[in-house]
Amino acid sequence: MSDYPWLLTMIVVPAVGGAVVAALPKGRDALAKQVTLGVSALVFVLAVLATVAFDTGGDRFQLVTSVSWIPAFGVDFALGVDGIALVMLLLVGFLVPVVVVASWRDTAPAGRTMQAYFAWLLVLEAFMVGVFAATDVFLFYVFFEAMLVPMYFIIGSYGGPRRQYAAVKFFLYSLLGGLVMLASVIGLFVVSESQLGAGTFAFDALRQLEIDPGVQKLLFLGFFIAFAIKAPLVPFHTWLPDSGAEAPIGGSVLLVAVLDKVGTFGFLRYCLPLFPDAARAFAPAVLVLAVLGIGYAALLAMGQSDLKRLVSYTSIAHFGFIALGIFAFTTEAGTGAVLYMVNHGIATGALFLVVGMLIARGGSRQISDYGGVAAKAPVLAGVLLVAGLASLALPGTGSFVSEFLVLIGSFPAIPVVTVLATVGIVLAALYVLLMVQRTMFGPARGLVAEKPSAFADLGRRELAVVAPLIALIIGLGVYPQPLLDLIDPAVAATMVDVGSDPAGSTPVQEPVTAEQGAN
Amino acid sequence: MDTVPATGLLAASWLLIALPLAGAAVLLLGGKRTDRWGHLLAIGTVVVAFALGVACTLELAGSETTSVGVDLFTFISTGSLDVSAGLLFDPLSAVFVLLITGVGALIHVYSVGYMAHDPSRRRFFAYLNLFVAAMLLLVLGDSFVALYFGWEGVGLASYLLIAFWYTRPAAATAAKKAFIMNRVGDVGLALAVFLMFAQLGTTSYAGVFGSVGLLAGGTVTALGLLLLLGACGKSGQFPLQAWLPDAMEGPTPVSALIHAATMVTAGVYLIARSAPVYDATPTARTVVLVVGAITILIGAVVGCAYDDIKKVLAWSTVSQIGYMFLAVGLGPIGYAAGIAHLLTHGFFKAGLFLGAGSVMHAMDDRTDMRGFGGLAGRMKTTFVTFGLGYLALIGFPFLSGYFTKDAIIEAAFDRGGASGYLLGGIAVLGAGLTAFYMTRLMLMTFFGRARWSTTGPDAVHPHESPAVMTLPMIVLAVGSVAAGFLLVEVFPLVDWLAPVFGEPEEAAHVVPPLVVSVLVTVVVALGVLLAWVVVGRREVPTTAPERVSLPVRAARAGLYADTVNESLLMRPGMWLTRALVWVDNRGVDGLVNGIGAGLGGSSARLGRTQTGFVRSYALGMLGGALLVAGALLAVAAG
Amino acid sequence: MTIANYLVLAAVLFTIGAVGVLVRRNAIVVFMCIELMLNSVNLTLVTFARSTGTLDGQVIAFFVMVVAAAEVVVGLAIIMSIYRTRRSASVDDANLLKY
Repeated sequence: MSDYPWLLTMIVVPAVGGAVVAALPKGRDALAKQVTLGVSALVFVLAVLATVAFDTGGDRFQLVTSVSWIPAFGVDFALGVDGIALVMLLLVGFLVPVVVVASWRDTAPAGRTMQAYFAWLLVLEAFMVGVFAATDVFLFYVFFEAMLVPMYFIIGSYGGPRRQYAAVKFFLYSLLGGLVMLASVIGLFVVSESQLGAGTFAFDALRQLEIDPGVQKLLFLGFFIAFAIKAPLVPFHTWLPDSGAEAPIGGSVLLVAVLDKVGTFGFLRYCLPLFPDAARAFAPAVLVLAVLGIGYAALLAMGQSDLKRLVSYTSIAHFGFIALGIFAFTTEAGTGAVLYMVNHGIATGALFLVVGMLIARGGSRQISDYGGVAAKAPVLAGVLLVAGLASLALPGTGSFVSEFLVLIGSFPAIPVVTVLATVGIVLAALYVLLMVQRTMFGPARGLVAEKPSAFADLGRRELAVVAPLIALIIGLGVYPQPLLDLIDPAVAATMVDVGSDPAGSTPVQEPVTAEQGAN
Repeated sequence: MDTVPATGLLAASWLLIALPLAGAAVLLLGGKRTDRWGHLLAIGTVVVAFALGVACTLELAGSETTSVGVDLFTFISTGSLDVSAGLLFDPLSAVFVLLITGVGALIHVYSVGYMAHDPSRRRFFAYLNLFVAAMLLLVLGDSFVALYFGWEGVGLASYLLIAFWYTRPAAATAAKKAFIMNRVGDVGLALAVFLMFAQLGTTSYAGVFGSVGLLAGGTVTALGLLLLLGACGKSGQFPLQAWLPDAMEGPTPVSALIHAATMVTAGVYLIARSAPVYDATPTARTVVLVVGAITILIGAVVGCAYDDIKKVLAWSTVSQIGYMFLAVGLGPIGYAAGIAHLLTHGFFKAGLFLGAGSVMHAMDDRTDMRGFGGLAGRMKTTFVTFGLGYLALIGFPFLSGYFTKDAIIEAAFDRGGASGYLLGGIAVLGAGLTAFYMTRLMLMTFFGRARWSTTGPDAVHPHESPAVMTLPMIVLAVGSVAAGFLLVEVFPLVDWLAPVFGEPEEAAHVVPPLVVSVLVTVVVALGVLLAWVVVGRREVPTTAPERVSLPVRAARAGLYADTVNESLLMRPGMWLTRALVWVDNRGVDGLVNGIGAGLGGSSARLGRTQTGFVRSYALGMLGGALLVAGALLAVAAG
Repeated sequence: MTIANYLVLAAVLFTIGAVGVLVRRNAIVVFMCIELMLNSVNLTLVTFARSTGTLDGQVIAFFVMVVAAAEVVVGLAIIMSIYRTRRSASVDDANLLKY
């Protein structure tokens, strides 16, 4: 069972599926949707099966597949996952079918077909799986850049009125980061060649290198800038509100929920283990950026008049929390950060989808065009509220567990920064509740008053889209331990790499009777 | 205090939380299908929970142990953090379970009548059930994380219920305000949890309280102050008191259950539960006292000036919880007194709110007391039950408030020294003010000439509420009369809670109890008299007088708490937000787009050199070739 | 005869060609000037081949001739088609490929 190349299958299936959907005869949109849904559901099943095959107590990287690819440069087509990558694969596998169903009734702009849209979605899924599953740095780089292409077309061809601008900005910004990273990737190769005799891109080999601190800092910066743009951290964030707002809803969901996670995933997978000294040296600066981002993006979210831009800014604030958790260098905070990636994907995905359903009814992205929707569509309002509450990390939602872990894990290591970040939870409550109040509560205003009949409550298909998300939000809020069991060993291993105590932040004094109350 | 694993019925105490939660889930997910019988299900779950709570309490009382734990499952385990989901059933949580489920059940019943004509009654009951579940989790959890879970859960339920009539902008705004101000307090609570973990490596009550003595003094003080911030947010204490009166936008049963009897007393529970922390830090305990004393006065003073019946009761709640904070801030001599007052307050304040709801029900949802008057004859049951609650609240001899409030005032004097006299004096003054504003409320509502008419455009037809509403009021009125006597004389709460707080040493009385009792009674009588002089003797104007003295104006503005919040936080915040939006669009994004535009512009300018004339290209090539040749020659020569 | 004389002649021819390319407008003349430059280079190559006694320079000179012949064919064809459409062989009239 565990010898089966699960990861390769998970890349090949959506890639082939994308080609098949693209090759279908024109005008067969319904068939294209069905094929896409089937393929993406199959990928989800594969991801679940891969999780079953994964042994939480086993090696760091499992389900390994490796084929020599470019022998001259020591490049392998090497796949493998640790707990962190595995939960990201589960997230990808889960979200794509949801997005497909959510996009079921979308219509393409003139001259485009939905068939191509769904084909791009599957291609994107293949690349997203690849980027998380790659254990060869060069292969990772290839997938990292390749992801841009389908996303560029999804934004640029199917987005809102300013889609071209947003797509080009997204592409150029990400490409810039990618090229800086390419320089570092080549640098790593050169260092490995001088230390190991033969150059390699294999992650496990590169992790063993003893890189000179000065060189480490340069190489770290190359990776860091790419990931900081991708994540994005303030001040590299301005592409996200544009792209998030202009992309079609499905694109926005995948962009914020998965694509951006490659940045924070990269911090944890590459920046910390490969350049531990540099990571330690730069950590204070990164933490400042993270906390700044939490407050800055939260305030900006409050000031937005466009619903999708607002959601994008809330994500930037959340990425601040994730970066904080990663660069606190404790197991609890790191585990919390990874869990945050998953929960943020689900919560913000849900928020984007519900906002999209609202926009589909009103036809406007402006908050001021709505008001009093709750009276017309109570279920829609309820779902928006639940997604919003997950975004502000209310206990009982998965986000609470992750935010709590990030903060409680960071506090012993960096108390001042953590206190500042904790204040961010008040701001989070503000922007979520302001949005809910302005759009959902009060008497019917704006478009809701003009065309009340358009604001019907959620239909069956829409319920099918949000129901699994909400079930997961609450399920992971009450019983997160299964995911933590997957994530914890991988984060602990990363903490060893970076020179922290994997057992976690130890208390100053040993408690006398630290037994749990009930034991 | 040793905690032993639960056996028998107590092992099923998780059902206390699960039942109302399941009720809420069924009502919310079931949709319109449950409209017809949903409220019955909601009542059923809470009544069963109450019965279970009684049974558990009896079992606890009958067993040799005083504290049992129920370990449910591992909630979070990573690194050195280990949080298990577990419950702790001890005398303190038992008292709260009975209060929450008992009063909760009564208010559920009342709501059937009160919300009978509301199309969203099902949703209302779902939220109420959700609240009961979260509140039970708050008091039953065995760690600060579980408490935090319930803490924010009740905050959510409070938000949903305040905003229940969400089409009213005022309700939506009040709900948001309540949630945000609670969150400010929650930051304190969260930081306290982080501090515990950082210093002690655990968040469970047993672990924290067992080793809190090892911590440095400054750390414990910080811990105490952070917990206090959380308590202030939830309990509407100074400086976070402004949300509670606004919360009266919610339906009246909500005000009775959440914003009078149970949720707002969670802060008292938190401080009482954290007694070992405060025992180790006199500084933080003093701050609790100060907060309590200030809040007693703020609540009482502002309560004197409002004309909205529910808001007067809300400010009264703020003030009464100030008494409870004062009590628990006094330390071991005050814990039991504070909890006892919390319980009796739960009875009479819930009764008062239900009475106010009954009045509103009769008066077409009007709340301005200047439009009431002379209602005593029209609604006798409401008048009598409300009157009993009123007497209990002002401390009429041998009713509930008399026993429990006097105990607090006594304890304040017993603290000794100047601070004891100061705190005792404030408490006595508060009692006098309480008597004044409550008498004013009684006179304006039930006595005097009717300031409404049964004809004309504003016609109302006051009538007594149906039995489903009056019955809970009667039960609560009985409780208001008897609870104090029962809790102090018959089943002393002090002894019941002794396993939690320790046996209170018999303090040497600075002022003899009888003197305190007489003093308080005299001051209360003065307050009543003053109210009669000011309000009862003459006609009440139907619109509030404009030309009033400065103190009255300040009190009407809630002592400017909202003004301060707005001018110090809200306006600068909005200004900052707008400025940052500008900076982000023009500054950060401007820089990004500027780089793009700069590159585009310079390439366009460079493009101009491509004239299309072949000969100019040739010249360029020649020049370049010469340059290269010259450079090579220079290198060769050098 | 020293090698210098050949080289000086080649330089003079190259300069004439270069200046011709720069100053003349007629495409045919420009073309001939280019040929002049190419042949001056050929002269240099052959001179060095002779002086070093190897064949490399001569081989390259043949290459240049072949390339020049090919270039003439393509170039003249372009000039012909431009002349047909514009009725002019001036290089300054064909400046559409710009910016």
